[in-house]
Amino acid sequence: MTASSRGRDAILGRLREIYDRTPEREAEAIAAVEQRVFHPTPNLIPARGQLDLEGRIELFTTMARNVQAEVERLPTLGDVPGAVASFLRRHNLPQKIVAVPDPLLRRAGFERQPLLRVRFGDPEETDAVGLTLAFAGVAETGTLMLCSSPERPTLMAFLPENSLIVLPTAEIHGAYEQAWQRLRATFGSPPRSVNFVTGPSRTGDIAQKLELGAHGPRRLQVLLVDDLGPA
Amino acid sequence: MQPTSLAFQAKATGALADANLQKALGGIKTGWQRGRILAAERLPEFEQLRDQARDIKNHALEHLDFYLEAFEARVLDAGGHVHWARDAAEARAIIQGICQDVNARTVTKSKSMIAEEIGLNDHLEAAGITPVETDLGEYIIQLRKEPPSHLVGPAVHLTKDQVADLFAETHHLPRTDDPAELVGQARTVLRQKYLAADVGITGANFLIAETGSAITVTNEGNAELTQGLPRVHVVIASLEKVIPSMEDAFTLLRVLARSATGQEFSTYTTVMTGPKRPDDHDGPEQFHVVLLDNGRTRMIGSKFQDMLRCIRCGACMNNCPVYLAAGGHAYGWVYVGPMGSVLTPQFVGIDQAHTLPNASTFCGRCEEVCPVRIPLPNLMRHWRDEQFKRQLVPATYRYGLNVWGFVAKRPALYRMATRIAMGLLGAVGKKRGKFASLPLAKGWTASRDLPAPQGGTFMQQWKQRQGTRH
Repeated sequence: MTASSRGRDAILGRLREIYDRTPEREAEAIAAVEQRVFHPTPNLIPARGQLDLEGRIELFTTMARNVQAEVERLPTLGDVPGAVASFLRRHNLPQKIVAVPDPLLRRAGFERQPLLRVRFGDPEETDAVGLTLAFAGVAETGTLMLCSSPERPTLMAFLPENSLIVLPTAEIHGAYEQAWQRLRATFGSPPRSVNFVTGPSRTGDIAQKLELGAHGPRRLQVLLVDDLGPA
Repeated sequence: MQPTSLAFQAKATGALADANLQKALGGIKTGWQRGRILAAERLPEFEQLRDQARDIKNHALEHLDFYLEAFEARVLDAGGHVHWARDAAEARAIIQGICQDVNARTVTKSKSMIAEEIGLNDHLEAAGITPVETDLGEYIIQLRKEPPSHLVGPAVHLTKDQVADLFAETHHLPRTDDPAELVGQARTVLRQKYLAADVGITGANFLIAETGSAITVTNEGNAELTQGLPRVHVVIASLEKVIPSMEDAFTLLRVLARSATGQEFSTYTTVMTGPKRPDDHDGPEQFHVVLLDNGRTRMIGSKFQDMLRCIRCGACMNNCPVYLAAGGHAYGWVYVGPMGSVLTPQFVGIDQAHTLPNASTFCGRCEEVCPVRIPLPNLMRHWRDEQFKRQLVPATYRYGLNVWGFVAKRPALYRMATRIAMGLLGAVGKKRGKFASLPLAKGWTASRDLPAPQGGTFMQQWKQRQGTRH
């Protein structure tokens, strides 16, 4: 018997001794736990995000800008390369990015920006600008929800100092619960890493003064795309 | 960490005279304290959410055995490992074992109060493994070899100039006091540490029974690099972090950041489930969760059970007049402020920390702002009872309390005594109208004057006004 399994038995045994449930109460407890684990239902959802799609897009934009994200709305996927190039120009950055190897981004038409060099792959320590895709957005706090997959490595949104994230407007939900319900419908159980991102990285650890870019990106540009059809 | 809570009074006195500390603490009122009020005002459902947050934690605490088993089963399904540690020594040994299995030389850590509680850093160092704190505040206090002084801002006791001095000395760069440059220096140094680390250790704000996930909340992004770059990820969490579902997590998250810093949501909330999947490009090859008891099962079913609802937001300390004057280090152990005054005696023994439940005016603000409505003053009162019973306070205290108790329980005697005292003080103090010092009350008069009483006692005045009250 290992130390850990001894610990397990001791801890669970001690808890059961304290709870000291009768068989009826034990059955009730199991039913209550199973209900909450296997059939979770939302608790109170704030009214704030419960809007129509245009309302949600507007709220998302306001909330994300409140936490220093840049937000731009684009009609089609084909507008992404131009928006990326202008982001780089605006911030005096070289026309060079690394993008996640996602089929959607590959067909965004980057070849129409001949000066922009795009490498599809994993982020390296030296990459200054990374481009990835969000699974969903949450209007209530201007939050992006990213799901890890072979096509969308998690680190793309954390290693480079400048983070560009494409979010389909149709996937902007009012509340976290609604975005998570969408995740359940898509993946069943969650992928390895689900990252909720609300603005660029920050810290207040030096004299409580807000500084951006503590470990994650200093800049976050959200590209809202209405139409994901081929460019 | 060796507790020094018995020295609270001396340390608090020193803290009041420490200009740097007072300057640093002053920012909490205009920052986090005010931020919380504004954030709560922006969300009409905030009070209802607090009720639900309390109920979720209460439900989980009544069914911890089942939720822990369900959590464990899901972690195993996802390809992870779960380790059960009864106490700090077992937890340290488990983590050391995981590190040694992969011949780890350095580990990066994102902020974990549980790691502080079990003294993990010292233990790893003694075993030849170098721990590197990556949360900026934790990095600063690790360099200064200090414990955290706040749950959310471990280095909140330091001014910008103190950090500037520290970084100039440590980073061997010209001194700068520009916060942006200081943050940039730490970012550059720590980036290399992330890339070199063999193991990443994080805490968890919540463990989800439904999915076997651990959730971390940060603003810096350090937890994400800590768990995303090394090939082994260890989550260290105490038992009571487990909650039923993601829906429950969202409710708790809605009150967490707002109570802590006044943010609508923390910058990064990350849900981690198991090791990297077969075709994933990043993520750890091993995912371990260490579940720590360390006396928590003793609190279940006891009068201290409510304390296990705590989600470590720090609102109680941000709103505590004693904490805001004395700072965190006066409390002498890992947990500080009102929540620390309840928790520390639990971990180190009331005989080693009986000063802490007294370090409160019982003004009740901690309970008012607690997102999960923990009755903190009441829990401190339980400890006061306990210390009185065990005769831990000096004999003069107990003698004084006994005399007061004897008199207070006899209304006629009490009224007579107060009448005499009032008359005496009123007569003696009539000329100056106030006392600059009084025998037996030096602590009170040291920093202010006591006005001399005018007129009768409350009961006398009440009697007089009986006929005329409205």
